[in-house]
Amino acid sequence: MTVTEAPPTSPAPARPPVHRTSVRRRLVPYWLLLPGVLWLVVFFVLPLVYQASTSVQTGSLEQGFEVTWHFATYWDALTEYYPQFLRSLLYAGTATALCLLLGYPLAYLIAFKAGRWRNLLLVLVIAPFFTSFLIRTLAWKTILADGGPVVEVLNTVGVLDVTSWLGMTAGDRVLATPLAVVTGLTYNFLPFMILPLYTSLERIDPRLHEAAGDLYAKPSTTFRKVTFPLSMPGVVSGTLLTFIPASGDYVNAQLLGSTDTRMIGNVIQSQFLRVLDYPTAAALSFILMAVVLITVTVYIRRAGTEDLV
Amino acid sequence: MEQYETERLSAAQLAAVRRSLTSGRGALSRRSLLRASGAGVFAAGGAGILSGCGIPPAKREAGTADSDDHSDKEKQITFSNWTEYMDTSEDGKSRPTLEAFTKRTGIAVKYTEDINDNVEFFGKIQPQLAAGQDTGRDLINVTDWLAARIIRLGWAQKLDPSLLPHAYANLSSQFRRVDWDPGRAYSYPWTGIPCVIAYNSRATRGRKVDSVTQLLDDPSLKGRVGFLTEMRDTIGMTLLDLGKDPGRFTDADYDAAIGRLQKGVDKNQIRRFTGNDYTSDLAKGDLAACLAWAGDVIQLQADNPEIKFAIPAAGYVTATDNLLVPAEARHRKNATRLIDYYYELPVAAQLAAYINYVCPVAGVGAELAKIDPELAKNPLIIPDEAMAAKSHSFRSLSSEEETAYEEKFAKLIGA
Repeated sequence: MTVTEAPPTSPAPARPPVHRTSVRRRLVPYWLLLPGVLWLVVFFVLPLVYQASTSVQTGSLEQGFEVTWHFATYWDALTEYYPQFLRSLLYAGTATALCLLLGYPLAYLIAFKAGRWRNLLLVLVIAPFFTSFLIRTLAWKTILADGGPVVEVLNTVGVLDVTSWLGMTAGDRVLATPLAVVTGLTYNFLPFMILPLYTSLERIDPRLHEAAGDLYAKPSTTFRKVTFPLSMPGVVSGTLLTFIPASGDYVNAQLLGSTDTRMIGNVIQSQFLRVLDYPTAAALSFILMAVVLITVTVYIRRAGTEDLV
Repeated sequence: MEQYETERLSAAQLAAVRRSLTSGRGALSRRSLLRASGAGVFAAGGAGILSGCGIPPAKREAGTADSDDHSDKEKQITFSNWTEYMDTSEDGKSRPTLEAFTKRTGIAVKYTEDINDNVEFFGKIQPQLAAGQDTGRDLINVTDWLAARIIRLGWAQKLDPSLLPHAYANLSSQFRRVDWDPGRAYSYPWTGIPCVIAYNSRATRGRKVDSVTQLLDDPSLKGRVGFLTEMRDTIGMTLLDLGKDPGRFTDADYDAAIGRLQKGVDKNQIRRFTGNDYTSDLAKGDLAACLAWAGDVIQLQADNPEIKFAIPAAGYVTATDNLLVPAEARHRKNATRLIDYYYELPVAAQLAAYINYVCPVAGVGAELAKIDPELAKNPLIIPDEAMAAKSHSFRSLSSEEETAYEEKFAKLIGA
């Protein structure tokens, strides 16, 4: 606006530079976006398009695959493998719930009570990431070995009778049962729950607790009415960060599970590598993506948080 | 509807309608127009993009796999092998037989242990081979079914027999005839891998486990039995137990074997289907008995005398790992010379003494006895006649059979 209001006698060449800088300035966000967008296009959009195409192809490795718009693959894959889908959601859901139960008190402790131990505790939460995912999962095979101390104790106390009755274990062992898989998932994804919970708890002003106390709220009421609602963003993002990768995980089911604990990730892996049925594998991946998206959308709507940070 | 008829509306109402069309939620703004046309373009273009993808036939015409050979100019090869599949010196820093080869021929060997699993390795090299590109490997070592697939797809180079005098003369008769590579035109075995039954005698309380029937039915083993995720070993051993020949079976036989194993899964007799990881489970006793690869058993026994093995009376399946020169590899001749080198008796003996698998080289026994007389007597390394007679190999499968069988097997093992 200042340019148009300038007196007509002002030198003409002054205009274009002003104009150019404003164009350049308007382009800045796009330039900043460019690396990220390129990255996503190459490593997310293109593979996605390629997978979408693969899922409607038919053929074999030898004859090649052609796009025949064979959408029946989706239906076949769903009817064939729905038990694995349900199982994946069940295991991932259980693991997420366990992570929340285990992670919330810990995050609370670190945020409000840890004092000078806070940083050390946070490092300890992340410490398992310094070793490989595979090694950590294999360690559970030793921990849960038949006749090992953990299983012996659980057996003596009678916990295994209960889990056995629930169908989570078989007889007096834990390895190669659903319980082992859920345990492995819970362990491996716990830090993804704790860290977001910690960040949102840590932001809560302690004076709010004092205020609640001043208004004669019991500690439990303070937690219910103040702390927990304010930590909701952490709860939501923590559960998402746990649930989404857990529902596609196949390592835990493969190493700690048995034939009846296979999750959808195992099916996709075996369809891709073993059976070489690329269309079914691609269709299963898309169905998984859709299922997770829908579940998550419904969940976020229900949880009702706008900002997830 | 009536209230929207324009002549009945007041001026204020008209203005409100106009506003809602231009700046309200129903307004046709530039953004919503862009969004709508973008979606249209995506829908129309998406279909085009999707149908443009496709995966070309993997199969190459016979005889087109041979690449220009640079062996004489470049004295080198790249050799991809499994881990623990090459003799190493005590300190683990050098590989004596490979170094002797380089010293003699001047061919430098870039040795990589990048094969851990057949299906994964195939997934790794497949895109390059399918696109007709060099994988960067001159020699690979894969299990027979994968070797068969690679040859079937036309992805292997024919070997020059004149460069293979030792291999031709010394290949033991057990491995000479394979239906997937008649006359061994493309491949030579590196090792034979007998599939046997291994058991932890502590976990079985001293009981011997020596048949697939026992694995599947013995109640004392319930929940502590392992089978292999390698379809040909598990199904082959079950077929033998059912009195069928894995080298000549029908679809119905295959289904019968699957059904037999499914029962074991259903009644929780079978704990897991495993890859290489059965070794630790067996040593710990989490698995009391399982199908196992003979070479692993020898290594396990060295650490743990409680591990025993048995050869089922019904026979056993022997797979092989085979050396192949993949299509477009630059140094076929050098690679072929390396294959022949490992068929020289002293070299073969040195290798066999280290890796503990069945040596496919006939007459290696005397040489091996010089290194370690105990090993030379071990039927899992040098099979005696009785042992060799019980050995069976799994027949090769057509592409359709392979897909159908793997699908059924994947369902059995729950993947």
